Amino acid sequence: MSAPAPDSRTTPLIETRGATRVINGDVPTTLVAGIDFAVLPGEFVAVTGPSGSGKSSLLYLLGLLDKPTTGEVFVNGQATSGLSEDARAALRLATLGFVFQFHFLLPEFSALDNVMLPMRALGRLTEAQMRARAMEILSSLGLPEQARKRPDQMSGGQRQRVAIARALANDPLVILADEPTGNLDTQSSAQVLGILRKLVDTAPGRGKAVVIVTHDLDLAAQADRRVHIVDGRIAATPPR
Amino acid sequence: MSLVFDIAVTHIRARIRQTLVGLMGVATGVGFSVMMAALMEGSQRDFVTQLVDALPHISVTDQRREPPRQPAEDAYAAAQIYGLTTPVIRPGIKNPYAIIASIESWAPGSVAPSVQSKTVLRFAGRDTAASVIGIDPRREPNVSKLARQIVSGSLDDLYKASNAVILGSGLARKIGARVGNSVTLVGGNGRSLSATVVALSHTGVSQIDESQAHTLIKTAQILAGQTGLVNEIRVRTNDAMNARDVAARIEIETGYKALSWLEANEDLLAAFQIRNFIMYAVVGAILLVASFGTYNIISTITHEKTRDIAILKSLGLPARTVRRIFVIEALAIGVMGVLAGWILGYVMSLGMGQIEFKSPYMDATRLPILYSPLHYVIAGAVALAASAIAGYFPARKAASVQPVDIIRGAS
Repeated sequence: MSAPAPDSRTTPLIETRGATRVINGDVPTTLVAGIDFAVLPGEFVAVTGPSGSGKSSLLYLLGLLDKPTTGEVFVNGQATSGLSEDARAALRLATLGFVFQFHFLLPEFSALDNVMLPMRALGRLTEAQMRARAMEILSSLGLPEQARKRPDQMSGGQRQRVAIARALANDPLVILADEPTGNLDTQSSAQVLGILRKLVDTAPGRGKAVVIVTHDLDLAAQADRRVHIVDGRIAATPPR
Repeated sequence: MSLVFDIAVTHIRARIRQTLVGLMGVATGVGFSVMMAALMEGSQRDFVTQLVDALPHISVTDQRREPPRQPAEDAYAAAQIYGLTTPVIRPGIKNPYAIIASIESWAPGSVAPSVQSKTVLRFAGRDTAASVIGIDPRREPNVSKLARQIVSGSLDDLYKASNAVILGSGLARKIGARVGNSVTLVGGNGRSLSATVVALSHTGVSQIDESQAHTLIKTAQILAGQTGLVNEIRVRTNDAMNARDVAARIEIETGYKALSWLEANEDLLAAFQIRNFIMYAVVGAILLVASFGTYNIISTITHEKTRDIAILKSLGLPARTVRRIFVIEALAIGVMGVLAGWILGYVMSLGMGQIEFKSPYMDATRLPILYSPLHYVIAGAVALAASAIAGYFPARKAASVQPVDIIRGAS
């Protein structure tokens, strides 16, 4: 399968073509089947579906955390099935940002260190530049006072915002969020959603996108587009 | 600090008690290895030094490796000849001073003649068996430590009396003789002569001190009943380890048996090799056991940190970087353990060196310790290699974590 011709306006930032993921075991389980899905620059896409429908599995395929059994995943026009694990990791580090339902911050590191972690792994900036950028992101998310605190010294909403700050650290093209408000109260949920919305709307040239997996239909209603998954397949008509 | 070091240090600092246990394991292993090596090699070196100092490096005697051929064997082409009478061979080395001059012309070292004579020493009505060695006092200091072992008088005192004798300190004590006393020496052929005790020697080895006496060569020759007899030529080579080659050449040139100290003590030196093998096996086992501690700690950390590893990998850290984090943690424990082990090993070696041993057969002595940087380097290198290997396997397991499996389980 050849990669589509690159075009900054029409080329999807992430795309799956016929992506199927089957877990082999005594009884093979199909997580997603024949998914054709594309995320264009400037889009805020919500992936919804009942529990176990395969929406998180789709997100993991989009985020190169998992490989499709058949089909292909393109990131910024680049086919990824032929890439080594390390090459996929490098692509993930440079172009994608993750936010999970649980914050998944490193418990021994401060908020600042957690945000700096992807930058240090990428190694494009100096230590001072990384520190300045991490502080800038934390400040933009209302967390300048929390920079020196460890995750266990922060509230749930603050931790999730630090997780978003970490996802933004390397200035990714796409943020992939898996139930990012699942553990938050209403106020914190609205705050997190606002941050993600703002990321898409204020990105230079609207060149970035957010894909959010949620079972919250109110939250999904605020997205530009909604994709509904049922039994591992994209449903023709999302429920209202 | 790089990200890898930062994470590794954070993990270690967060588990300070476990880290200390692992560190102590490595330190104990390295410390005991260093101490054992210092002790074992120290005692070995000490023993060999004493051996080399106490004995001539090469002893040329009037014996031959192969018995001389019978004239009949050369005269007849017979397969076997029966009933031949073995010819009487006059004891002693023929033309000893010509041989000494020949050896001195090429061998790197010193040469001295001597006469060995079994003698009975009579004093105050008591007879005691003794081995009398006739020496040349001018050459003797070049081939043996006798001059330094004289505790009362001097080697040159042998020239002060017509028949002078230097008694071993134990022998003098045994018979009750002192410097200035006159003793009677009775040779193997019954010939006796009166000799004056002019000095005492003390080697520190009871067996030697209680049985050995030294006279001038001429006196020993009279006791042996053979004027001009020299039945041993002793050679001290500049390099003791070269003795075997020099001995072989002397044997070829003279025909007499030339026994190097290496050949004479082959069984002992072979035993040292076995002893060293056992020592290194024990040291290896100690360090191996210590490495299990490191393995245990790194395994525990990787197990506890599975979710963090998944997160790091989900962010985009390659597997090799994750692997490196845990190998560095193991190496950090190894390095700290090695440094502590070096100090421990040095202190224990110092302590062991202070222990004094008393033996009825030897002078009181302290445990000989060899302080060799090589011991520290070897123990440290083995401990670090063991730590790296101990860390590698859990690190490899950590690096193979599939982040999606962990994230699915945690969501």
